Amino acid sequence: MSDEIRERHGEGDDAAGEGGDGGAPHGHGPTGFWTRYVWSQDHKIIAIQYTLVALVVGVIGIVLSDLMRLQLGFPGKFAFIDPASYYQFITMHGMIMVIYLLTAIFLGGFGNYLIPLMVGARDMVFPYLNMLSFWFYLLAVLILLGSFFVPGGPTGAGWTLYPPQAILPGTPGVEAGIVVMLVSLLVFIAAATMGGLNYVTTILQARTRGMTLMRMPLTVWGIFIATILALLAFPALFVSGVMMLLDRVLGTSFFMPAIVSMGQPLGYSGGSPLLFQHLFWFFGHPEVYIVALPAFGIISDLISVHARKCIFGYRMMVWAIVIIGALSFVVWAHHMYVSGMHPWFGFFFAVSTLVIAVPTALKVYNWTLTLWRGDIHLTAPMLFALGFISTFLIGGLTGLFLGNVSVDIPLSNTYFVVAHFHMVMGVSPVLAVFGGIYHWYPKVTGRMLHEGLAQLHFWITFLGAYAIFFPMHYLGLLGMPRRYYAYDNYSFIPPSAQSLNAFITVAALVVGVAQLLFLANLAWSARRGRPAGANPWRAGSLEWQTPQTPPAHGNWGERLPVVYRGPYSYGHSGPDGDYMPQNVGPDTGPGEREEGDRRPGSGTDALRPAGEGGLA
Amino acid sequence: MAIALAVVLVLIAAGAVVFHFASPWQQLPIASNWHAMDDALWLTFVITGVAFVLLHLFVAWALVRYRHRAGHRASAEHGNRRLEWWLIGITTAGIIGLLAPGLTVYARLIDPPAGAQVFEVMGQQWQWHYRLPGRDGRLGAAAAGFVTGANPFGIDPQDAYGQDDVLVQGQELHLPLNRPALAQLRAQDVLHDFYVPQFRTRMNMVPGMVTHFWFTPERAGRYEVLCAQLCGVGHANMRSWVVIDEPAVYAGWLARQPTFGGGTAPGRAGTPGVPGGPAEPGKLGRLLAQQKGCVACHSVDGSRGVGPSWKGLYGSTEALEGGATAKVDDAYLRQAINAPQAAVVRGYPPVMPPAGLSEAELAAVVEYIKTVH
Repeated sequence: MSDEIRERHGEGDDAAGEGGDGGAPHGHGPTGFWTRYVWSQDHKIIAIQYTLVALVVGVIGIVLSDLMRLQLGFPGKFAFIDPASYYQFITMHGMIMVIYLLTAIFLGGFGNYLIPLMVGARDMVFPYLNMLSFWFYLLAVLILLGSFFVPGGPTGAGWTLYPPQAILPGTPGVEAGIVVMLVSLLVFIAAATMGGLNYVTTILQARTRGMTLMRMPLTVWGIFIATILALLAFPALFVSGVMMLLDRVLGTSFFMPAIVSMGQPLGYSGGSPLLFQHLFWFFGHPEVYIVALPAFGIISDLISVHARKCIFGYRMMVWAIVIIGALSFVVWAHHMYVSGMHPWFGFFFAVSTLVIAVPTALKVYNWTLTLWRGDIHLTAPMLFALGFISTFLIGGLTGLFLGNVSVDIPLSNTYFVVAHFHMVMGVSPVLAVFGGIYHWYPKVTGRMLHEGLAQLHFWITFLGAYAIFFPMHYLGLLGMPRRYYAYDNYSFIPPSAQSLNAFITVAALVVGVAQLLFLANLAWSARRGRPAGANPWRAGSLEWQTPQTPPAHGNWGERLPVVYRGPYSYGHSGPDGDYMPQNVGPDTGPGEREEGDRRPGSGTDALRPAGEGGLA
Repeated sequence: MAIALAVVLVLIAAGAVVFHFASPWQQLPIASNWHAMDDALWLTFVITGVAFVLLHLFVAWALVRYRHRAGHRASAEHGNRRLEWWLIGITTAGIIGLLAPGLTVYARLIDPPAGAQVFEVMGQQWQWHYRLPGRDGRLGAAAAGFVTGANPFGIDPQDAYGQDDVLVQGQELHLPLNRPALAQLRAQDVLHDFYVPQFRTRMNMVPGMVTHFWFTPERAGRYEVLCAQLCGVGHANMRSWVVIDEPAVYAGWLARQPTFGGGTAPGRAGTPGVPGGPAEPGKLGRLLAQQKGCVACHSVDGSRGVGPSWKGLYGSTEALEGGATAKVDDAYLRQAINAPQAAVVRGYPPVMPPAGLSEAELAAVVEYIKTVH
């Protein structure tokens, strides 16, 4: 891996500025099973490892959500769900979904697989660090799951882990679960930092010739900015985790004022519970965009490819990502309008929060305008992308309620909030994950997923998401608080609300079970799927132009590709139809293709094995 | 497929509008002066609703109009800077339209009028305590360090202002109609949130801090108080009532409440440290059980909670984890209260912390449990 090789681009020039030892050229990869698939330093294998682990914890997250829905829909019918275990379920569900599934799968999964392929690199620039990142992530997951087996079980403090409650009696898991949770988060942050430094450095240093920043696919832009957010935001979570551990284990008072707990005066004094909330949300709000920006990027790519049209306003789409990323650091206290912080903060954070809606809205407009005058192919990835527009729209618009301080106050901590954040950062990013997997799976495995199963999966998931979360907004409007084990004997809650909760639970169970369609499709198609060819979607971006599918170790064969244009050249006449791959030279028309292939300027097409043509 | 998806998107847009107006789950009728908050909410529904419907209809139309057909090719255009700036302008106008009324209301929301009636809410896992200023119009100083069984508010015994403070009995606060009310919020253990949906405004209660919000009750009635900040396993059972009275009725209620100093309550005598109100069997134990938070997990009506109900508990025989059984008598209850992990009733999680009651407190609580049939 450390061989200093003179990297050769398509034109045969020296690799001036090439990013270090980012992988060996084709033919020099590791050969043993363990070094290839387990202790792998290949970004593609690491991406698959990240994705599979994230999907496993995601399944656990879904099971936990269905357990909590069973209690809400049919309170008291399931004796094993007592209040303590209910709060443990919601806490683990939230933390698993936000951190261990979505953050990990977008950055560690999609980021790892796509960044080197999309920018034309042989691998990440620090492959060993990349491998360590995955093993730290796996360790963090194992520690997290270990908390189910410690005395007292996992913490039930809610995924926000607000002290003093998180470390005081009366909250499940106070014995050991909270300590295990905090340790797991610290390990996860170490993993995310190792991965993140790698992604940023690779994007800045290892782009191939001609791949300017403004020719990168929006997926890379989304992951790039999200990674920068992660590198800047996770330290706030890290220090607050360390401080809470010290409060819990050594009895310091960072977050703990003088307290009388269950009638007993405790030894704490002088700390501030609000300090934790500020630190947590200084991480927590950028975290929303750590999940959202990669989703934005993926959706942009899916819509452009499957509508066969250049993304509308690429330059604005890039700037919107950058501006959203920057603004995401000055909106955190909109989670704290009723926290007791100084009320004047409300003015600032309401304005900054609603300002962020402008670049976000522009992204939605540009996705819909990409459809306009397009040639829309309703493949499974496209269905998920269109579903994303709808769910992100409703989740984003309800954000305007909760960001506007005086509108937020009556809705704060009600089911309106639950509905909002599930639509905007639960359902929407998950639809982007599904769409992305349906889209890139043929490149990863060389086989197509089963289209019918995929479309069935879409319809159940998309309509189910509306059935679950749309009416929830109105339970919040009614005033039902979230994080309640049961709503017995509250006279303001009509019996119909309980019927609605039962309906939502049934819908949630159906959607939960329907995810088996997806998993079955992944497993079945890996061996039995239709062979995909190199570029089944006829996409222009670089990851579809590899000489082998799946790409071999080192990605590009002998010569790195040279990039001549942006990734969204559709609606033109290209060598394979209505698009121009990024690495086909400007003077290479369809008629000159044979000749072009023999010239160094035509990139890697000449290296394509026979039978892996571009057409599906 | 394109037609099907387009129809679904149109149905989502139309269904959302129909659901909004036909839904039986709406905001509760307002009982405070904050009609402007409801107006801002309504305006937000209108502006976001229009955007939601228009964008769904546009996507549905584009899906049908530009669906793939043989020979069809997409436009090669890259965008339209002018259109983008128009859209940015329209969006910005919409944002200003949301912020202007929202922030105007907020400015009033954080500016309580000078003559507002102060009332204190003190949260504790998992119950509420209410305190009102006495004749001097000021609440006495309070801190967690002063909290004892007999002084659940932690009022400074040396503070003269505290002596005439009215300590509301039980779990029901009264406030006079049409007089601005300023809530002073405290918590002694974890975060809580004093939430009455009909008042619209609310605030967290934070240990180590005093927080505030204000409103003017404009409709007489009895309203449920909920905790809206996760505070542990008893969160969903942390509840009480606020009653909005006509001023004359309020004055009568106030006169019946005891004061911290125990003496010159507006109208009524008492003994320091002993709760007022009519005598009843096991009363001291009942109040202790409320103060210590026992009732959040142990119901007195037989319903299943985090722990076994107290109804009919005394004298019964309980099956324990591990196979043994125990007769519930004084000795068993004393052990179960102060060393709960020693014998856990089968089927319940071993989550109860030792209550740490004194001998006298133990006796009072056991006496109370005996009275719950």
